[in-house]
Amino acid sequence: MLELKNITFTVDDNGEQKTIIKDLSLTIENGRFVVITGPNGSGKSTLARIIMGIESPTSGKIYFDGKDITDLGITERARLGISFAFQQPVRFKGIKVHDLLRISSGKELSVAEACSYLSEVGLCARDYVNREINSSLSGGELKRIEIATLLARSTKLSVFDEPEAGIDLWSFQNLIRIFENMRSDIKDSSIVIISHQERILRIADQIVLLTNGEIKKTGTADDVLPELIGTTAAVNACEKLK
Amino acid sequence: MLNLDEIQKSLMAEVADITDVPAGAYNFRVNSELAGRSTTDNINIVTKEGMPGIDIFIKPNTKNESVHIPVVVSESGIKETVYNDFFIGDNCDVVIVAGCGIDNCGTHDSQHDGIHRFYVGKNSKIKYVEKHYGSGNGEGKRILNPVTEVYMEENSVMEMEMEQIKGVDSTERNTIAELKANAKLIVKERLMTHGSQTAVSGYKVSLNGEGSNADVVSRSVARDNSSQTFNACIAGNAPCSGHTECDSIIMDNGKILAIPSLEANDVDAMLVHEAAIGKIAGDQLVKLMTLGLTEAEAEEQIINGFLG
Repeated sequence: MLELKNITFTVDDNGEQKTIIKDLSLTIENGRFVVITGPNGSGKSTLARIIMGIESPTSGKIYFDGKDITDLGITERARLGISFAFQQPVRFKGIKVHDLLRISSGKELSVAEACSYLSEVGLCARDYVNREINSSLSGGELKRIEIATLLARSTKLSVFDEPEAGIDLWSFQNLIRIFENMRSDIKDSSIVIISHQERILRIADQIVLLTNGEIKKTGTADDVLPELIGTTAAVNACEKLK
Repeated sequence: MLNLDEIQKSLMAEVADITDVPAGAYNFRVNSELAGRSTTDNINIVTKEGMPGIDIFIKPNTKNESVHIPVVVSESGIKETVYNDFFIGDNCDVVIVAGCGIDNCGTHDSQHDGIHRFYVGKNSKIKYVEKHYGSGNGEGKRILNPVTEVYMEENSVMEMEMEQIKGVDSTERNTIAELKANAKLIVKERLMTHGSQTAVSGYKVSLNGEGSNADVVSRSVARDNSSQTFNACIAGNAPCSGHTECDSIIMDNGKILAIPSLEANDVDAMLVHEAAIGKIAGDQLVKLMTLGLTEAEAEEQIINGFLG
């Protein structure tokens, strides 16, 4: 269980203090698939980065399974069981897909095991396991590999920062399928996804609508989704093509 | 394996992956003395007269054979220049493993300058692997100044992997190559400097024959207060194609000077160069830390991958 208590995050914007997250409190229960949505600039990605420890809150506390992790760094939080999928996956010259999956799993990983994670994200494993994670991979391929690293980690809390950003419509259909599978295999772990996508919002146990760094509304998909349809907080996949 | 002490054995393992007497032809040089030699029906090794070094003769049509010529220096204060010439016949397919390891626990500098010349026959395919390595914590420096000259006949292919990852205080490498028609040269250089080491690597590749091709790629990492210079020139003197690339990671107070250059002397010479120097991207470190690595572990992974 993740608890955010009175989180505030301010930045110095050319000498002016700008508040990105305002006194935000939120609890993510175990076994929940939570989607955080909201218009651009509402603080969604910042919140995800605060959970992983990439950004430190200006004030407030973060508890993970009852333990105060506010002052812990990225590595320590990762080791406690928090994972993070980047909005823009990072490229590494010379590091192969197999290497990254091995690091993710924290153990020696056979080619067969590495392949099973790649197959889950819809990549033909044989073609990818020995590929370098460099600029020869497309945005959609990188995104799927990024998700595979989280599958290989299989931690208690997985945070995905806009998994749909930068991928084509065809890949998007597969992405939805991957999240539907994760949703059904969730057990007592929890998943937090930052997304505007209606189809991802539809499979959420809980939707959190963020506006100007504050929670405007939270509840089940049935409660929250109707008022979001047609706004930038819940777009249809085809909107991406417009 | 022969009569080597533990330090010498570990140097052999580092520079030539040798833990036992290798199959095929070999010549071991330890502290300026011949420590073991083996020849085959097709590969002969002869000590030079009047100057230090060996001549290696590979008969035409020799296939799937290898030659190992590692050098180990474990006494402080040795300074040597060694001339090794390879005469490779036509239609060969051979692997040559060289490499030099210096262990210096003393106060005097140890230096090995290997001058290698390759005469590669028509249609022959050579893979050349060379590793340089230094160890020992004496004040004396470990110095390696290799000179490599490659003369390639028509349709020959030479693939060179040159690696210097650790422990060499000062190195100045010079490589020249001359290619005839349809000859192909592939160079992969891997270099890491640390402490206050200096490394200079220069290439002059002359594409003299029609259809000749060269690809010279260097990846390097400069850490601590070390400095590196990479100076690669590809000259196109005929309808040919050439590519040179220098890709470097700079850390701490490291310094890197990259001077890729091209010289086109024929209107149909297609030449490309690329150079990039930068520090490790913050996002790369963060990504690996989100997978549970510490910052230092993440840095090692990134460097190992980059130089791998």
